[in-house]
This record gives sequence, C-alpha cells and structure tokens, in this order.
Amino acid sequence: MNILVLMKVVPDVVEELEVGSDGKSLDTSFLRTIINERDDHALEQALLLKDKHGGKVTLLTLDAPDIDDVLFTALAKGADRAVKICGVESVQSTQTAVRLFGDVIAKTEGLLPVDLILTGVSAIDDLDGLMAAPIAQQLGWPYSGVVTQVTLADKTATVVKEFAGGVRGEYEVPTPAVLGIQAAEKPPRYVPVAKVRAAMKSQTIETVDAPAVEAAAMVEVQQMAKPQVTGHAEMLEGSPEEVAEKICELLAKRGLL
Amino acid sequence: MAGNIWVIAEAWRGQVSEITFELLALGREVAGQAGAPLEAVLLGSNARELAQKLGAADTVLYADNAALADPVPENAAAALAQLIKERQPAAVLVPLTNLSVDVGVVLAAQLSVPFLNYCKDLKSADGKLAATCVLYGGKMEVNVTVAAQPAIIGILPGVRSVEQGRSDKAATVTDVAVTLAAPKVHFKKYLEPETADVDITQKDFLVAVGRGIQTKDNLELAEDLAATMGGAVCGSRPVIDQGWLGLSRQVGKSGMLVKPKLYVMLGISGAPEHVEGMKGSQCIIAVNTDAAAPIFNVAHYGVVGDALEVAPALTEKIKARKG
Repeated sequence: MNILVLMKVVPDVVEELEVGSDGKSLDTSFLRTIINERDDHALEQALLLKDKHGGKVTLLTLDAPDIDDVLFTALAKGADRAVKICGVESVQSTQTAVRLFGDVIAKTEGLLPVDLILTGVSAIDDLDGLMAAPIAQQLGWPYSGVVTQVTLADKTATVVKEFAGGVRGEYEVPTPAVLGIQAAEKPPRYVPVAKVRAAMKSQTIETVDAPAVEAAAMVEVQQMAKPQVTGHAEMLEGSPEEVAEKICELLAKRGLL
Repeated sequence: MAGNIWVIAEAWRGQVSEITFELLALGREVAGQAGAPLEAVLLGSNARELAQKLGAADTVLYADNAALADPVPENAAAALAQLIKERQPAAVLVPLTNLSVDVGVVLAAQLSVPFLNYCKDLKSADGKLAATCVLYGGKMEVNVTVAAQPAIIGILPGVRSVEQGRSDKAATVTDVAVTLAAPKVHFKKYLEPETADVDITQKDFLVAVGRGIQTKDNLELAEDLAATMGGAVCGSRPVIDQGWLGLSRQVGKSGMLVKPKLYVMLGISGAPEHVEGMKGSQCIIAVNTDAAAPIFNVAHYGVVGDALEVAPALTEKIKARKG
C-alpha cells in the first residue's frame, strides 16, 4: 500500500504580513513559512495508513526556503522518501503548482503507481484553485475532498467527508484515488528534534528539475492590501485584572451579569 | 464578457441553504452591472418545488435526475459542465461550503479553468469581472481580474444578507435535461452528529478557545470561566483537530452555527471559517496576543493580551460580583 503526499509551505500568519513593493504580492524579505496545516494532516493520515497496512509514504513538494526542515521532519515521523521540485521561484499560483505537480508525478520514475495521493484540501494561499481535484482530473482518478477519515480494503477507500452542523457523509472511492484531507483521524504526531537531526544525517532529499509549464493567466492579481476595516472592536487596555474589571462593567451594563 | 450570471443553488436534505440567497443577492448586483440576466441553477431529484424559492433570479434552470439526489460532487459537476457547454454563462457563482466546494473544484477541473477561491466581493466593470478575495486566513485581500470563460467563483458565506436574496416573486423555472454516467465515487450514507453532552447552540454564554490556549490542560481556565455564568466551552478547528474538544463543540464552517448572548474568544485569530459560525453572536469579546488578528474586526470588544492571564482574572471578577 503506497501513498504519495503532496505538500507545500505557506506564510506563517502568526507573523505580521506585509505587502511587497509590487503592491501585488507579499513582502518575502522576512517571511516565515510553515507547512500548510492541511498538508500536515494529509501526511499524518498517510502515516496512520502506513502504520496499519505497511507500504511506503513518499513526499513531493515544491522547493522553498525552509522546505528541507519540513521534509526531514516528515521523514523522521516515518515517511520513506522525499522529493522536491527545484528550479521554480516562489510559486504564487495554485494552477501553476497543479501543473508542476501533475507533470512531475506523471514523468518521474518511481512516483507511480500508488494507491492514494493525499494532499491538504485547501491552503490559505489557494487563490486560483485547490490542488487535489485538478490532479485527479489529470490522472483520470476519482477524487474526494474535505475528508476526515480514510479506511482501506480491497482496492476501495471508504472515506468520511465533513458537511456542516457536525453532519458527515460516508463515501466509497475506488483506488487509486486523490483525496483532499481536511483533518487526519489523529492530531499530527510529534517528533523530537533528535530524531529530525538523525534523519538529516541518514536520509537524503531527492530533487527533480521543474518542468516547463504554461503560465495560466486567467486570474490576474491587480492589488494586494490588508483588509480595510469596516468595524473594529472597542479595545480594552490595562493589566489582566483591569481588563477583567472593564469586561464585568460592560456585561453588567448589557444586563448579562 | 458575454453570457449570463449563474448562481449554483445549494439544496441539501430538502432545504435550500441560506448561502444560496446570499449568492443570489451578489449575483443580482453583478448581473445588473453586466447587463445580463441572473440565472439560478438547481440540481436535484424530485426537488422542483425548491426552485420556487429562487424567485430573485430571472430564471431558474432545474435539472432533475435520480443521480442528483445524493451529494455526489462528480455528478453535480458533470451536470453543470453539460449545461455550461450548452448555455455558455459568463460567471458561475458557487457557495464556498463543504458541500458545494467540491462541486466547484471538480467542475473547474473538468472545464480546465481556474477555480477562484475565497471570493468576498465581485463586480462586472468594462466587460470584465473583478473580484476581491481573502487570503492568508483573512490577513490580506487581493483584487483580481478574471479572464477565464466561464469564471468559476467560490463565494464565501456572509457576503450579502440572506434577506437581500429572497423574493416573493414566483420563479420562472426552466426544466433542463442532463445525462449522467455512473460515478466513480459512491455516496453510502450520512453520519449524524454524535449525541452531545452539551448543545452549544442552545447556550447563552459560550467561551470559545483556539490555538492560543496552547495546551489541553489550559482548557480548565475556559471551563472555569464558562461555569461562572452557566455557559459552555466550544472551540475553533485547531482545538478540535488536536482532539482537545469533541466535534459537537466545534463552531464554524464544518461545525455549529451559534448565536449566544455572549461569546468570549480566547486565543482565536478569526479565520473566516470560524467567523462564519459565530458572527451572529450578540456580544463578542476577543482576547488575542496578536493586535493585528482579524478577529478584532469582528468582535465588539477586544483585548490584546494573553488569554491564559485574562481568563482566570475574569473568572475571579465575575465570581466576586456574583458573591
């Protein structure tokens, strides 16, 4: 049972984000990136399936600053092989990422066959598409998204997909298939730094050159800006005790206390 | 840009979802600007009576097919792809819900066009579609022009009011036929929500915890605060994903829609998916260490500070007041 996990890094929104000098994209000079949270769940789901059924988990990503840390961490967690697509400057478009991933998956020896391709159902920078469905379309494989559980038996993946209000749906998806993961069945596992260091010494990251792909210009960014604030909270200042007192007064005034 | 403006109606378990009316309100504006008719597209099986609710559109295209009874995105996308090829709309507005997003992305993939995501506003000017989309969990917005034909656009919940998109007018319904092949993916059954120990939708006071709560042990601070006013603790996605709270306590897109009298938020940045579930709360107080957190644009009152310090202080003050 083999799984390919597609991952990418996204800006860490815990940090302050600034608009770059072109007025259309982020200022990357001090940008910190982290693994797309949903991709981290896709990795965890792949590792859970490997724990249960055996097989190999291969990671495929786009080169980016900090990507080696992400890949070695994933290898330390139990992934078997890591491949990064090099020679691309920061990929701003999900459509372009889809083309790069699709081309590399089809042409790189040993990436296929797999039973499943898992990737995060979405990312915070997915402006012009989501990864999984167009990859599935390209391969002619079935696709299911917003997935939170995967069970494998007899060339069929039984998946649970989230709707709203806590209602979910169960689907049968013949493999090989592409799944967009919303959340793994368990929180992404923790791996100690020592294990990551060990992975750095004992394992290698393979590279493939980025294929030339057509630029898709069907969506063009004109301007990026911080959201204009239409309403803003009335800010309460002071020590925690002072703030707590102010909140109590507010609640009393509103008849809530 | 030639062609009609389409809104894909979301009908689920016998009801038209509210977001459909929000999209109709937005679609009406865009259609007006473009000088084009607004059409709603409803897919279903024996659901024609639901089309009557979509009178805000100039016409409703209704496709009835037994294969459209269950939520199988592949079938819905195949049906829409056929209709789009026949009728060539300029723009196709898709609700960004867990239910409909897969229809939109599969449809876009089938037609080899982009799926414009996270759209919060849309205009037609000088023959072009211009959209505003929310990126990076609400920390940035981009203005984009869309040259794809048709443009498949995922619209966030809450961009217009539901009331704006409702109409007493009788809908003009056109029946359309679609031919569907057997799907690769099979819908088996619905899984209903777990029976909850607490129904958070019925509580007047909710303490919502997010990533900023840091550890499961710190949940106790939220429980203590909730207990002072007979409330309950709920959470945003990261807390649920960590397994710190059960699914029945999740507020937002996949979880519950809550409208309590008081919603106190501890360490929640305010990603659109969470805001969707709680923005109707009567009084929202947010505590977050990040002064630029988007939640401060939603909350009525805000505190830039450590939720782990503010929560116990507030618990003590409320207890003291209550004697």
